Amino acid sequence: MSQNITTHTDKKLPLQGAGGADHAALADIFNKDEDRVNWHDETLWWIRAKRDLSVHKIPEWEALRDTASAIKNNVLSNLNSYLQQFEANAQANGIVIHWAADGAEHNAIVHSLIKKHNVTRMVKSKSMLTEELHLNEYLAENGIDVIDSDLGERIVQLAKEPPSHIVLPCIHKKKEEIGELFHQFLGTPAGNADPQFLTETARHHLRETFLSRKVALTGVNFAIAETGEFVVCTNEGNADMGAHLSDIHIASMGIEKIIPERKHLGVFLRLLTRSATGQPITTYSSHFSKPRDGQEMHIIIVDNGRTVQLGREDFRNSLKCIRCGACMNTCPVYRRSGGHSYHNAISGPIGAILAPNLDMEKYADLPFASTLCGSCSNVCPVKIDIHDQLYKWRQVIVQNGYAPTAKKLSMQAMATTLASPFAYHMAGKAGRLVMKYAPFALNNKLNPWYKQRDMPKPPDESFGEWYKKNRKAP
Amino acid sequence: MNQEIQNPANQKLPLQGAGGAREKILAAVLQNQPALQNLPDITFVKGDVEGAQERYITTLTTIGGKVFKVNSFDEIKALIPTHFDASKRVVSTLPQLSDIAELNQGEPIDPHSLEDIELSIIRAHFGIAENGSVWVTEDLMGQRVLPFICQHLAVVIDAENIVPTMHEAYQRIGLIKYGFGTFIAGPSKTADIEQSLVLGAHGPRSMTVFLLG
Ligand code: SF4
Repeated sequence: MSQNITTHTDKKLPLQGAGGADHAALADIFNKDEDRVNWHDETLWWIRAKRDLSVHKIPEWEALRDTASAIKNNVLSNLNSYLQQFEANAQANGIVIHWAADGAEHNAIVHSLIKKHNVTRMVKSKSMLTEELHLNEYLAENGIDVIDSDLGERIVQLAKEPPSHIVLPCIHKKKEEIGELFHQFLGTPAGNADPQFLTETARHHLRETFLSRKVALTGVNFAIAETGEFVVCTNEGNADMGAHLSDIHIASMGIEKIIPERKHLGVFLRLLTRSATGQPITTYSSHFSKPRDGQEMHIIIVDNGRTVQLGREDFRNSLKCIRCGACMNTCPVYRRSGGHSYHNAISGPIGAILAPNLDMEKYADLPFASTLCGSCSNVCPVKIDIHDQLYKWRQVIVQNGYAPTAKKLSMQAMATTLASPFAYHMAGKAGRLVMKYAPFALNNKLNPWYKQRDMPKPPDESFGEWYKKNRKAP
Repeated sequence: MNQEIQNPANQKLPLQGAGGAREKILAAVLQNQPALQNLPDITFVKGDVEGAQERYITTLTTIGGKVFKVNSFDEIKALIPTHFDASKRVVSTLPQLSDIAELNQGEPIDPHSLEDIELSIIRAHFGIAENGSVWVTEDLMGQRVLPFICQHLAVVIDAENIVPTMHEAYQRIGLIKYGFGTFIAGPSKTADIEQSLVLGAHGPRSMTVFLLG
């Protein structure tokens, strides 16, 4: 399984669930290279710091977050009519609307649109939804060649890896590795790892792609019920290059991307990039409301488990997410375990909430991959109660019998011990004796706690014993 | 359909191609969405008009753009050859620049034919001080791809048309119809390789704004 990650032979994520490895095991692979872990940690913290600087320049920041959160509350409570309003307005503008209950339906629609136009190649701008639905693999199996045009996504695509971050897909890669990939696939000189030079190479390679593809697919950042338009945000301009040069533009969106009115974009566009990278806005915030003359425009509205999450009162807030990535950048666990350890298209804290909704057994480990420090909830621009939801998922998962095995065993032992005063005192005593006379029993690889630390020196006696001895008679 | 939606027990609606998914999703949304919560009032958010022009210049410069304050199109015409390679293809939507640029005002052409443009010069409706962007709609672009496919982009805005924040921007836009519109904030850029900022990812390598006052 670890092979999938280290040899990059297969873009499919390693299989999880019963008997499979979990977040901790995958993080172990990442943690083998300590320098890289430190570098990953520092890079993401640097981005988090840029976010802080940018946010502090907006005095009404907290009010904006409250407002965004309230707008999203309204969206979730009125989603049925907003979706229909959006559909009617987009159709009136000449956009074709499709609905897909799951990944299979979505992917089949994309494939049929490509087939209808008699082509075998497509250019795609960043869309985490299509990652979630494994569109690229599906199309590859059907003989369609897809090129990802976001530079970071193109890099992980060449490496046959999934993105490890929703905003920064190749944040886990060193420039030397990228240079090597470009050398192998794009013919750059061996050993050249200069970002400027590599970006220039990608610019030429992808320009050729934009100019030769008839079908372009983009994601959707926001879809406006009031006007039937949708907004796509990029820094590179790749969504626009693809869409404006194509004969057919397909946009894939989850049902939760709706916002009520155009003016609400003012709130969300102010929050999105400041939270993501600290930028005041993305270079391009493009509003598509009608196809170009002679062009076809399609929107595929996807459910894939979102309506189920909408019905889970404790977790429906996760559907407010605008995919800024701030919760990942600030998460001490994400930063030191890497995005691939989450074995899900959306990694980090928000991914750990969304994934168990799709498959509680397969992703039972993810809500436990958190310190519950609350940093994610503090930075979230739409005020999702991320760490509370992670805590709630743990309970749901345990109640449903899907707790990760190691956690199950130790929790059972702990429950038994805590339930009996005798067992508790004996366990404490035994523990102190073992730590004192046989520290090797704990300071070894079998003890996950010891892996990153030395065990503390045990006290000679417990507080209970001390208290008994020193207690003054009344 | 209405009946089926009002009857939560009947969640399994028959699949009828794409239509089946639509009814199924809408019914599930209706059944699972919480009680209606009102939209918040967003009129409280307003920027400061005072000094907006100076803030605009600072912000755009910080994100990699260039700003020139000019008084006339003649001044713009004089600046173009000193800052761009005017021996290459220059395309503009502005009739005032027809003697230094090829005019394109949206005639039906193949967008691919614009691939070798060195410089595009277009007008924008207004600029936004807090993020350095300009708002441009299709009618000002000639071709949708024009501001993206060129190596360099120049934009003309009236100096008085700078709004403080995105809220004023959407107030101005209101509910007017456009086929395509975009906020452009600086040159195309990426930082995907070890977070090193590189200007000129797929779109223009530079963005110059002429503030016409
Ligand atoms: S949960 Fe919040 S912080 Fe995390 S990606 Fe979504 S919007 Fe951003």
